[in-house]
Amino acid sequence: MDLQQDVDLLRNIPLFRNIDSRKLKLIAFTSQRLQFKANENLFVQGDYGDSAFIIIEGEASVLIYTNSDTQIEIAKVKKNDLVGEIAILCDVPRTATVRAKTELLTLEITKEIFFQLVTQFPEMALEVMRELAFRLEKTNRRLQELTIKT
Amino acid sequence: MDKNIYKFILRHTRPQQLFVLFITAVSLPFYYISLDIPKLIVNTALESDDPTIIADDFPRPLSILGIEFGNLDQITLLFTLCIIFLFLVCINGSFRIYINFYKGRIGERMLRRLRFILYSRILRFPLPHFRKVSSAELISMITAEVEPIGNFIGDAFALPAFQGGLLLTALIYIFSQDPLMGVAAIALYPIQAYLIPKLQQRVNLHAKERVYEVRNLSERIEETVAGVQEVHSNGTAQLELADFSRRLGNIYGIRYKIYNKKYFIKFLNLFLAQLTPFFFFTIGGYLVIIGDLTLGSLVAVLAAYKDLSPPWMELLNFYQIKEDVRIKYEQVISQFEPKNLMDEKKQLSEPDSFPNISGDLLISNLTLRDDDEVSIVSGLTAKIHLNKKVAVVGTSGSGKEELMLMLARLIDPSQGKILAGKYDLHTMPQAVTGRRIGFVSQNAYIFSSTLKENLLYGLKYRPVKGNKSSGDLNINQQQEWIEEAEKAGNSTLDINAEWVNYDQLGINNSTEVIDPILKSIDIADMTSEVYMYGLRGSLNLDKDKESIEKMLEARKVLEKKLHKKEFQGLVELFDSQKYNTNASLFENLIFGTSCDEVFEGDNYIDNIYILEVLKKADLVSDFTECGYQLAATMIELFSDLPSEHELYQRFSFISAENLPIYQGLMNRINKTNLGNLDKNDRKLLMALPFKLVTAKHRLNLISKDMEAKILIARELFYQDLPQYMAKRINRFETNKYNPAASVQDNILFGRVAYGQAHAKDKVGKLIEEVVNDCGLYTNILEVGLAHHAGLGGTKLSGSQRQKLAIARTCLKNPDILILSEATASLDGASQKRILKNIMKVFSKRGVIWSLHRPELAKYFDIIIVMKNGNIIEQGTYDQLKRDGSFFNELLEQH
Repeated sequence: MDLQQDVDLLRNIPLFRNIDSRKLKLIAFTSQRLQFKANENLFVQGDYGDSAFIIIEGEASVLIYTNSDTQIEIAKVKKNDLVGEIAILCDVPRTATVRAKTELLTLEITKEIFFQLVTQFPEMALEVMRELAFRLEKTNRRLQELTIKT
Repeated sequence: MDKNIYKFILRHTRPQQLFVLFITAVSLPFYYISLDIPKLIVNTALESDDPTIIADDFPRPLSILGIEFGNLDQITLLFTLCIIFLFLVCINGSFRIYINFYKGRIGERMLRRLRFILYSRILRFPLPHFRKVSSAELISMITAEVEPIGNFIGDAFALPAFQGGLLLTALIYIFSQDPLMGVAAIALYPIQAYLIPKLQQRVNLHAKERVYEVRNLSERIEETVAGVQEVHSNGTAQLELADFSRRLGNIYGIRYKIYNKKYFIKFLNLFLAQLTPFFFFTIGGYLVIIGDLTLGSLVAVLAAYKDLSPPWMELLNFYQIKEDVRIKYEQVISQFEPKNLMDEKKQLSEPDSFPNISGDLLISNLTLRDDDEVSIVSGLTAKIHLNKKVAVVGTSGSGKEELMLMLARLIDPSQGKILAGKYDLHTMPQAVTGRRIGFVSQNAYIFSSTLKENLLYGLKYRPVKGNKSSGDLNINQQQEWIEEAEKAGNSTLDINAEWVNYDQLGINNSTEVIDPILKSIDIADMTSEVYMYGLRGSLNLDKDKESIEKMLEARKVLEKKLHKKEFQGLVELFDSQKYNTNASLFENLIFGTSCDEVFEGDNYIDNIYILEVLKKADLVSDFTECGYQLAATMIELFSDLPSEHELYQRFSFISAENLPIYQGLMNRINKTNLGNLDKNDRKLLMALPFKLVTAKHRLNLISKDMEAKILIARELFYQDLPQYMAKRINRFETNKYNPAASVQDNILFGRVAYGQAHAKDKVGKLIEEVVNDCGLYTNILEVGLAHHAGLGGTKLSGSQRQKLAIARTCLKNPDILILSEATASLDGASQKRILKNIMKVFSKRGVIWSLHRPELAKYFDIIIVMKNGNIIEQGTYDQLKRDGSFFNELLEQH
């Protein structure tokens, strides 16, 4: 549980790749480490969201409800992944449930801090954009695959 | 009320006013004599050229008002006269002070009476009238505007009589000395008597205007406060400021005119008063020279004239005030005489018995028209049995809200009758309806008091007989208090007595009241909320001995549970022998709770005792080094941010304004010479680490060695703790309740760990479990009931206020419960739970509920559907839920 460890972890995350270590330290300092047990939810689809999580250790599934009240896993997230940023970026309820598959260690960044940082450091905003575009592209591709299958 | 202030004064203070007049009359002869003494001193004791006295022979007779008292030699005569003069001065002074005290009391009493009358009239205003008056207006009238009226009332008769008497006495005296001098003294009075009222009339007109404008101003302020959201959201501050400015400008103009005229009047008076001595010196001097007047007389006349001027001024002044007050009184009174003022008897009379209401509710030809004679409810007729559950539905504007208000007797119908059982609802005194009818509206009011007091509010009709006052007055003082209240026509009921009518709850005293209260908050679905308030609240050490023991027990039970594997790591318990990594360094040091005032906010290092303890425990160098590292980190983290940045406030150990100081410091020193810093630099560094929480900040700055030293410091801290700190610091002790910490913290006796997901929720659940196991739930609810609702209930959420109001009404056990969209602001689940609870509790009594969601009507026996002020459908849910019914239409709209 050392701040410096967190900084090293953050450096490995694509979103923060280009950000200098002093700012990473600020992010680490203003965020909190959160430990989840297996099968605990990081957040639940439809809830109000006010923080994003960076996964430091362990694995989690991203689940969404289908029509029939059952959940399907649409993705897995693992070390160095960022989840939950949609809800804090655009003020919509959580679009999916994220549940720990194993013991999970995360760094929780609250909405306020996230916004403060993004507005203060434009290079971070750029990285966020890049990451989101990348994901959009990935989702589109998946959608395409799915439509072809059905 | 009396329209004329003099009528009002005479009705209530006639004997007192007569008494003052009598005393005034008695005092005047003494005053007259005191005017004559100076002449006697000059003429008989000092001079000898008075032709009426036989020259040069002492002893001379002492003669006052023609009565002679033996012969005296010169010195004795002088001293006797002087002593008489002194004596008279004392008597005159005594009269004045007595009269002033007496009339002061009359005035204050009348002010009290007037305020009481006005306030009691507000309580009797018909409800619709409140739409026309603003509270700001009422406040300013009852507080500020009547104040001068009170002052005036004492003076109303006494002042003109007394000052007039003085004036007249002095005049008579002057005339008795020499009529010519008398004429001189009053030569200018006609001018004043003609001019002043003319001017005053103009001032009065302005005064009237001013009262009106000031009232508008306060109304405007009230509106701004109420509508401040709109001002902000529409960005109309400029408009409001401009409007206010114009109003202030108007008032300025009026006030300036008044000022000018008033001071012109004053000037005129003063000028004319100073002109008069001119006549004395010319005429009087001439008369003395030709020998028609003695010098003594001239001295006495001049002295009398000096006395003449103040009463004359007072009289003129009085005239001005009188006119001012007359206008104010009329203006105030007219605001308190609305049409349809409730009969005082209906509100205050106490019948011998309070019959229960049962049988049928008969509504016949019920009509309500608004001020513009538009019908809101028109000729409504219905018959409902009073054990039925009745839903009233309809669109807004259908008249259902007004119907509820009429059933609750809050507004009077324009026509028609409501019979409840055998009683006419309209004529029932409030003493009965208050006990038998319960009403909750859509935005019920919560008073500024605790939850419990708010709940009991519905039971406080009048003091319970045979109960002693809990106030701090003894019996005699109490008696005096009551007598004084009677003299001012005020209420003589004791506010400190026990007001809660426990009979109504079927219990005997306050110790049993908790059960019905808990039942009522359960009905209103707010138990869990009260529990949360309870956890955050604190106990009273003296009163709640039993709860404290249970809580200490719960602490032990919880500790055991926390040792179970599934809860491990959730909470770090307080242990006097261990450093708590989830608590701040400061908390670890004092190992207890402290009041802010001890350390003036967060200024720990400025506390001499703390510094001493740190020195003793050899922590100075640790703190310095820790502070050095912390300062370096903070400068690294935050120096890039602009100084107003929010992150500073939330995360930095150094405030934005202090950052440059620390930057300078860090440039000056380096890590190797921390041992020889000067005192101030060292203090700067040592101030930093106190708020460091190991688990939260993850900075690794507190070594094991330092932790050990802090544990030693902890012991040292309590060894010689100074008295003033000992009182305000409560140490954590395993077997002791800490009164400065919340109930939850006392049960937990530790800190919820940082970094565990959902730790707070899990711990919360665990605590609730333990609380239930230990039978503490009720105790905690009691603590929760002591939570203060804030001004107008603002410390509660809107839904909590509403629930509290429902609980308050259910608690008083009414025969009929009337709810006007009472749950509209609650969430659906809560709404349904409350509805079901009420149906159960009121199974044998009447419930009339105007619903804003028609689908809830299915839980009711009868549904009344209203449209355009009348009933258009009536029946059960199944009967009405058919195609083509208006009820069906309403259902579909929702």
